[in-house]
Amino acid sequence: MSLEFLVASAIATLVAGGIYLALRARTFQVVLGLTLLSYAVNLFLFAVGRLVVDRPPLWSKDVTHHADPLPQALVLTAIVITFGMTALTVILSLRSFLESGSDQVDGRAGRDGDEAA
Amino acid sequence: MSLLALILLPFLTAIVLMAVRRASRGVHMAIAAIGSAGGLGVLLSQASAVLSGHIPRTTVAWLPTLGLDFSLWLDPLALLFAGLILGIGLLVVVYAQGYLAKDESTARFLSFLMLFQGAMVGIALSSNVLLMLVFWELTSLASFLLIGFWRDRAEARQGARMALSITGGGGLALIAGMLLLGKAAGSYDLVTILSRGDLVQASPLYPAILVLILAGAFTKSAQFPFHFWLPHAMAAPTPVSAYLHSATMVKAGVFLLARLWPVLAGTDWWFGIVAPVGLVTMLFGAGVALFRHDLKAILAYSTISQLGLMVMLLGFGTGAAVAAAIFHIMNHAAFKAALFMHAGIVNHETGTRDIRRLGGLAAIMPLTATLGVLAAAAMAGLPPLGGFISKEMMLERSAETAWAGRALLVPVLATIAAMLSAGYSLRYAVALHLGARKTGEVATPHDPGAILLGPPAVLVGFALALGLLPMTLAAPLVAAASEAVTGDGRPDLHLALWHGINPALAMSLGAVAIAILLLWRYPALERAVARLPSPDAKHLFDGGMTAIVEGLRRLSDLLHVASLQRYLAVLFVVVMTLGMEAGWRFGVAAGSRPTTPASPVAVVAWAVMVVATGAVLAADRRRYLALIFISVIGLVMALAFVHLSAPDLALTQIAVEVVTILLMLLALHLLPGRPPRLSGATRRLRDGAIAVAGGAGTGWLAWTIMTRPEREGVSRFHWENSYAGGGGTNVVNVTLVDFRAFDTLGEIIVLGIAGLAIYALLQPAARGVAGRRLRAWRSDDRHSPERHPMMFVMATRLLLPLALLVGSYIFLRGHNQPGGGFIAALVFSIAILLQYLASGFDWTDERRKFGEHGLIGAGVLIAVATGAGALLFGAPFLSSSFDHFHLPLIGEFELATAMLFDLGVACVVVGAVMMALAQLAHVAQRAARHDEEDAA
Repeated sequence: MSLEFLVASAIATLVAGGIYLALRARTFQVVLGLTLLSYAVNLFLFAVGRLVVDRPPLWSKDVTHHADPLPQALVLTAIVITFGMTALTVILSLRSFLESGSDQVDGRAGRDGDEAA
Repeated sequence: MSLLALILLPFLTAIVLMAVRRASRGVHMAIAAIGSAGGLGVLLSQASAVLSGHIPRTTVAWLPTLGLDFSLWLDPLALLFAGLILGIGLLVVVYAQGYLAKDESTARFLSFLMLFQGAMVGIALSSNVLLMLVFWELTSLASFLLIGFWRDRAEARQGARMALSITGGGGLALIAGMLLLGKAAGSYDLVTILSRGDLVQASPLYPAILVLILAGAFTKSAQFPFHFWLPHAMAAPTPVSAYLHSATMVKAGVFLLARLWPVLAGTDWWFGIVAPVGLVTMLFGAGVALFRHDLKAILAYSTISQLGLMVMLLGFGTGAAVAAAIFHIMNHAAFKAALFMHAGIVNHETGTRDIRRLGGLAAIMPLTATLGVLAAAAMAGLPPLGGFISKEMMLERSAETAWAGRALLVPVLATIAAMLSAGYSLRYAVALHLGARKTGEVATPHDPGAILLGPPAVLVGFALALGLLPMTLAAPLVAAASEAVTGDGRPDLHLALWHGINPALAMSLGAVAIAILLLWRYPALERAVARLPSPDAKHLFDGGMTAIVEGLRRLSDLLHVASLQRYLAVLFVVVMTLGMEAGWRFGVAAGSRPTTPASPVAVVAWAVMVVATGAVLAADRRRYLALIFISVIGLVMALAFVHLSAPDLALTQIAVEVVTILLMLLALHLLPGRPPRLSGATRRLRDGAIAVAGGAGTGWLAWTIMTRPEREGVSRFHWENSYAGGGGTNVVNVTLVDFRAFDTLGEIIVLGIAGLAIYALLQPAARGVAGRRLRAWRSDDRHSPERHPMMFVMATRLLLPLALLVGSYIFLRGHNQPGGGFIAALVFSIAILLQYLASGFDWTDERRKFGEHGLIGAGVLIAVATGAGALLFGAPFLSSSFDHFHLPLIGEFELATAMLFDLGVACVVVGAVMMALAQLAHVAQRAARHDEEDAA
C-alpha cells in the first residue's frame, strides 16, 4: 500500500462523511460535517504539493530535495481560517437555537421545533 | 474648453448649494441664478460662431477601449436645446424663490434642479452616444428626486416612482438600442454614426434598433401609450412642472428623434411608427385636456398633445416638417412654461387649482390675467403669437401628407387636434379670467410681486416676439438647427404671420370656429363624455406593479424554502455534475510518478482515522461522543503532517484542534443534547449516495494529482529566495509573513471580522427570547459536582507561565524553525483558556488586562503599520527588511521587520480566538446577570 493511496482514500472518506453530515437536519451535525469537509480540503490542498517524507521545507545550502513550501503556507492559513469559520457557524447556530427554540435547518422548524427543544 | 465648463457648471453649482445649505434663501437663489446665467453667457458667446458654421468640439478620452469618450460638441441643434435649458432654468430659479414656502429647503430643491440642468445640458452636448446615455439616465433620476420633492406626500412619492419606472424602463430599452446602433454603425461617436445612415438602415438590426430607441424616446416624451406618468408627475412643485415636464426634459425624446434623424428617418418603418404615434398622442392628449378641471392636469395633457405634434412632424420625414417641429419646440417651451408659472401663481393666490371654482380673475389680478390669456392664445395658435405660425406650419405639412393612399386622413385628424387644442386653450383663458367671481378661494387674491410675475412675463414676451419678429429672432436658428438635423443643406425658411390664403389658413379658421362652438355647448358635451368608459391608467399601472411584485414573491418563495438541507444538496450535486462534466471532457487519468511505500504505522493511523470517521457518523446524535471522534481525526491529521514533512502544519493543526473542540464543547453545553432523528430512510439513502459519489470523486482527483510528476512552479522562487531575500530558513513562515504577506494581512482581517461578528451575535443574546431560554437553562452537574477542582486549578496556574514561555519561544524562532505568529498565538490562547476552564470566568476576567476588541484592532494596525513602514523607504507596501546584530552574551542574532508583522498576526489570532470562546462561555452568565438587573 502506498502513502498516496492512503491519503487519497482518507480524503475520500472524509469528504463522504462530511457531505453526509452536512446534509442532516440539525445544526450541530452540519457543523460536524463542515469540520470533516475542512479536514478533507486542507489535506487535499496539502497533497497537491505531493507527498514527501521527512524532508521539511527548512532552507539550507546543501538541501536539494525538500517538501513544497507553498501548499504548506496556504494550508496553514486555511487551518486558522477554518477555525474562524467553524466558530462563526457554531455561534450562528447557537444564536438561532436561542432565538427560535429549534436547532433544525430543514425549513420545518416551525412545525416540530418545540418538541426538539 | 468652454464646452466642459458648460457641462460642469451646473454640477458644481449643485455641490456648492449643498455645501452652503444653511445659508439664507437669497444666497441659494443667487448661487443657482449665477450658475445658470453663467452657463447661458458661455453659450451665447459661442452662438454666432456656431450659427456661421464653426462647431466647437472637445474630447477627453474616458474608456477608449469601450468606445466611451467624454466628447462634446455644440452644433446648432445642441445650441438651441442648451439655450432653452439654461434660459428657462434661470427663469425657473427666480420663480422658485417666490414659489417655495418659507420653511422648505431651497438648497435641496435648487441643487436637484441644477443636477437636472447639468444632465440635460449633457444630453444636448454629447457627441458620443454612450455618454449621452449616462446623462439620459441622470435626467430620469433628477426628475424622480424633483417629483418626489415633497416627500411627505403620498401622491408625490407615487408619481415619482411611476415616472422613474416608465422613463427608467424606456432608458433600459434605449441602452440596448444605442449599443446595437453602435454595433451597426461601427462606432459610438455621434458624428460618425450620423454619416453612416445608409449602413445602419441596410443592417438587419435596423428594425430592432429603431424600436428600442423609439421606446426610449416615447417614454421620455410621454407618447401614447406611455403618456400616463406625466399627469402624475404634476405632484411636483410647479417650478419643476414648468421646467422638466413641459419645457425641457420631456422634449429630450423629441431631441433624440431629431438628433438621430439622419440615421433612422426616411424609411417606411420610421414613417409607419413615428407619425401615427405622434398623431394619436396629439389627438388623445388634446381630447383629454379639454375635459380636465385641474389647471395642472389640463396643462399636462396639453403638453402630451403638443409633444405628439412634434413627434408627428418628425415622423413625416421631410425637411420642411423638421423645421416646423423645431420652431414649435421653441414656441411651446415659451408659452407652456409661462402657463405653468401662471397656474402656479393662481394656485398660490387662490388656494385652488380647480377651474370650476375659479373665475373673473381678470378684474382682481390684471397682470397675471394678461399673461395667462396671452400664453393661452399662443397655445391655441392664435395670431399674432409664435404658436400661430408653428401651428400653421404643422397644418400645412399635414395637408401634404397622405396616409396609405388617403389624402384626407392626416389633414382631417390634424385639424381636429388643432380644434381641440384651441378648445382647451380658450377654456383655460376664458373660464379662469372672465365671467363672475366664484367663491372657491380661500384668500383674497391679488397680483403677486415681480419675483413671481417676472419670469412668466419674460416668457410671454418671448412668445409674442416669436410671432411678431420671426425672421429676425427665430429664422436663423431654426434654419441652422434644421440643417443640423437633416444634414442636407440650410432650408430657405419664410416665417410670417400672414401666408396668404392657403389650405392651412382655412383649416386653422375652421378649427378655431368649431372650438368656440364647442365651448358654447361645453356642459352638454361634458355630460356626454362623462358617460364614456375611461380606463384609469394609474389603476392599471398599480395593478401591473402589484402583479409583478406578487409574481416575484411567489418565485422567491419557491426558491427560498429556508431549508439548508435542500440548498446544500443542490450545491453538492451541481458542483459534482460540473466536476464530472469537466473530467469527462478533459479526462482525469492517474500519472506515472512513483508512489511512496507506506509504513505500518501509517497504515494503522489511516485505519484509526477511517474508523473514527465512521464512528462520527454512527454517533451523530450522541453529540459528545461524536466530538471525541472528531478530535481523534484531528490528531491523526496532525500526525500525518508530521510524517509528511510539514511540522508547521502539524503544530497549527494540533493547537487549532484543542481550541475547536473547546469551542464546540461550550456550544454543546447550550444546545439540545440528544435530539430525535429527523430524516427518513429514503432521505438518508439519497444523501448517502450523494456523499459516496462526492467522496469517490474527490479521492480520485487527489490520487490523479499525487501520482503525476510535480512541476517546477512558483515554489522554486520561494525556496531560493527565502534566506537570501527574506532572511529566514523556515520557508513556510517566510512565505506567510513576507512573500505572501498581503494574503496574510487579508486573512487576519477576515479572522478579526469573524471575531467581531461573533461578538455581535452573542452580545444581544442575553435579552429577549434568547435571554429567557438562556436563563431557563440549568447546568448538568451530575458528572462533576465540583465546579473548580483544586488539582485542575493549581496545575493550570502553574502551567500558565510555562505555556507563555513556550509560546514566546515558538514565536521568536518562527522565522527559521517551525513556529511563528499563528502557532504562538494559538498556544497563548490555550494557556488563557485553561484558566477560564479551571478557575472560572469571573476569576480570570478580573485578572485579564486586555480586551479582545483591542487585541484585534491593535494586531491589524501593527500589521498595516509594518507594511506601510516600507513606503517610507520607497519600497512597495509590505516589503520586509532584515539585518544581523551582535550582543554580548547572547551572540549573533537576526531581526526582521517581518517579525513585527508576525506580532500583528499573533495579536489578531489571540483576539479572535478569545472573542469566540470567552463570549460563548460568558453568554449564559450574562443572561443571569441581566435577570438580576431586571429584578433590581
